Amino acid sequence: MTLVFCVIFIAIFAPLIIPPEFATRMDMRTRLSPPDMAHWLGTDQLGRDLFYRVMLGAKTSIGIATSAVLMSLVIGLPLGLISGYFGGHTDNVLMRLVDTLLSFPALLLALTISAVLGPNLQNTIIAIGVAFTPYLARLIRGEALRVSQMPYVEAARSSGATNIRLIISHVLPNIMPVVIVQSTISLAFAILAEAGLSFLGLGTQPPEASWGLMIQASRDYLDRAPWTALVPGTAVALTVLGLNMFGDVLRDVLDPRSKS
Amino acid sequence: MNNTPPPISETSLKIEEPVISLDHLRVEFETDGSTVLAVNDISFKVSAGETVCLVGESGSGKSVTSLSLMRLVEFGGGKITGGRMLLAREGSETVNLAEAGTSTMRSIRGNEIGMIFQEPMTSLNPVFTIERQLTDGLRLHTNLSANETREKALELLREVRIPDPEKRLRQYPHELSGGMRQRVVIAMAMACRPRLLIADEPTTALDVTIQAEILSLINRLKRETGMAVLFITHDMAVVAQMADRVVVMYQGNLIEEGTVENIFSAPKEDYTKALLAAVPQLGQMAGTTLPKLLDIPGSPATPNPSLKTLETKGGALLEVKNLVTRFPVYGGIFRRKVANVHAVENVSFTINRGETMALVGESGCGKSSCGRSILRLVEPESGEIILNDKKILSLNERDLRSARREMQMVFQDPFASLNPYMRLREQVAEPLNNFGLASKSEVDDIIRDIFEKVELPLSFLRRFPHELSGGQRQRVAIARAIVVNPSLVITDEAVSALDVSVQAQVLNLMMSLQAELGLSYLFISHDMAVVERVSHKVGVMYLGKLVEVGSRSQIFENPQHEYTRALMAAVPIADPNKRNISNDMNFKPIPSPVFPVGHISEEPEYEQIEPGHLILRN
Repeated sequence: MTLVFCVIFIAIFAPLIIPPEFATRMDMRTRLSPPDMAHWLGTDQLGRDLFYRVMLGAKTSIGIATSAVLMSLVIGLPLGLISGYFGGHTDNVLMRLVDTLLSFPALLLALTISAVLGPNLQNTIIAIGVAFTPYLARLIRGEALRVSQMPYVEAARSSGATNIRLIISHVLPNIMPVVIVQSTISLAFAILAEAGLSFLGLGTQPPEASWGLMIQASRDYLDRAPWTALVPGTAVALTVLGLNMFGDVLRDVLDPRSKS
Repeated sequence: MNNTPPPISETSLKIEEPVISLDHLRVEFETDGSTVLAVNDISFKVSAGETVCLVGESGSGKSVTSLSLMRLVEFGGGKITGGRMLLAREGSETVNLAEAGTSTMRSIRGNEIGMIFQEPMTSLNPVFTIERQLTDGLRLHTNLSANETREKALELLREVRIPDPEKRLRQYPHELSGGMRQRVVIAMAMACRPRLLIADEPTTALDVTIQAEILSLINRLKRETGMAVLFITHDMAVVAQMADRVVVMYQGNLIEEGTVENIFSAPKEDYTKALLAAVPQLGQMAGTTLPKLLDIPGSPATPNPSLKTLETKGGALLEVKNLVTRFPVYGGIFRRKVANVHAVENVSFTINRGETMALVGESGCGKSSCGRSILRLVEPESGEIILNDKKILSLNERDLRSARREMQMVFQDPFASLNPYMRLREQVAEPLNNFGLASKSEVDDIIRDIFEKVELPLSFLRRFPHELSGGQRQRVAIARAIVVNPSLVITDEAVSALDVSVQAQVLNLMMSLQAELGLSYLFISHDMAVVERVSHKVGVMYLGKLVEVGSRSQIFENPQHEYTRALMAAVPIADPNKRNISNDMNFKPIPSPVFPVGHISEEPEYEQIEPGHLILRN
């Protein structure tokens, strides 16, 4: 819980407090220096302070991941709900579409999209968002299918509820636990996907700081300066861990059964 | 049914030293820091050749007791915190199961103690053949060769009277019917000739005819092998049929223990009396024409609506004519429709205002599909449904929605039929809002009124379903159904998931509401005794067809169709002096209702026995 709030806090406030040039200021004399008093977390191959870069990179990484997952939710949630609830031909058509997208590895799909659209922040979000949609849609469809067959949905239907009402007030709340957990896991994967895209040169463009980019840059110096990889790596790991725990907590809080 | 079982006294004479004796057993469960006492100081014995029935409602600790005997309770988070469980082993050795080590327990489980579980669907592993499942235990506990175990497995299948045992060995569980599967489970439990057989609600999930077969099988095996049987059930009628002695449990405590005759004829404790009174007995209503409330001793005398108010008001409310509902079966690589399940075949009946019509039959007979077809929750293929002069099948979606105000449904499982994420007030208010029947200010008053009608405290309004017991939830489901003032309520096995005492209360509530509001019920149930209690009219369904229909007394006192008679014969009677479960009951298995596409079923021909009493002749 605290972990997630810390990360979000950093992502929002670090850019307001730390001037952006702190993260890009190079100092060739202190390149690849281990953590010390001057540079708390050491410096990278260009002598940039890793502490500032991690702090400022949080905004890029978290921002891209959140927007991408939101985007895949906006497309995937209605798609899955409609598909699972109505079934039949609607389901067949929609799911074949989703299957087509699923047949490409997510990262490859994201890679293609961002290669076609050109590498920039907005396109990275679109690329990751689209690539993640089919997974979410598939999952939501399965859940919606299950919930639609529950007696309480049938009971509500026989008491005159319209389809829209059934979907919104009966199906949706009951699939939310799965959606929440899956979304937080997706957030973690989105951070990694952004790192992957940046690593391949299609995500965030240097000198802008992002965790993925930092990991990418560190690969040539692993033997001499392992902290260049460890610092952004730990940031990613902590965030992912925090998000997973956060998802579980959120699910429990929203479930009336967990309160007694 | 001519060969009556030996009188009970004969078996009870042979009782020797106990096979298992429980001595002040205590079992606790640890949950979130607090300790729940599941079994509190229970002592009883089971001797060889004796059946002891452990009876109680949900939460009474009866299953926990049986799991403790197998020391399986520890896998579910329970802990034996006191007492002894002495098992007399082969020879004269005695072992205290409460302190036995894991390897001792492994040599006892499935070997000296066999266990039968409730669900034959899930207690067999779907990926192994019957042979593999049967021989597993044998290979573990004996050193027979592969061929010998195979022979032994065949012998076991013959022993539990499974037809075609050679063929069955190669089959997988899903290829067998529910009754057949339970026979396999029993064969597995019997494989190593256990000294004690624990049967935990072995027939609860089965149809009555199959239940009768399984009960008679257990009785026969007990007589042939002389094993001790610990039979766990909630059904007093089954107790009356099976038990030599009875142990009554309530909330982890032993309430009463005695011979089956004593428990039934002279129960000492109030709880036992209440339990017995709550069970509707088949044949109890002979000579009456109208439904009657059940007596619930101990509860404040409910204002008994006089029998007159349960009289029907006359005039047809619902007419069902030649209703046909089929479900497609898809197969082949192209997922084409290859066959149809003929769920409802040419069913016709009429329900009058204020009348309860019951549909009875075994699982898969189409009674639920029939109810759902009337609401058009499934689309019927043809036929006519006329409710209040409105032709339901020709309505478009919008008109259907408003027509449903007149007919509401109560479902079987009170745990699944309420939305876990909605407060009770919202759930009950939803139909009102859907039909736009009341303004915001009126809704509150109506809901309060309804909650009082179904006897629920108003403090429940803001609760969520999980905070309620099964019976309370079913009251909410009833409230939701009647809040829009329907004229017809379809109840699909509405009380079969409830404990008997709760079942009696809910049945009484339904009958009182009927008297008060002039409701008509289509009461779908498999329980003949309950049906006899509540209905004016009864339809018996078999393979999608209505095989016999008539007034309650016509059906129950003068059953004409072969199937109706078989169904009645299979219902256990809650009286130990009238044991009707005989040695080897074998009913005709129900054929498959799946027919190829284009199959034309013959027109039903009914013969009228008396006015209103029809039986199917083809």
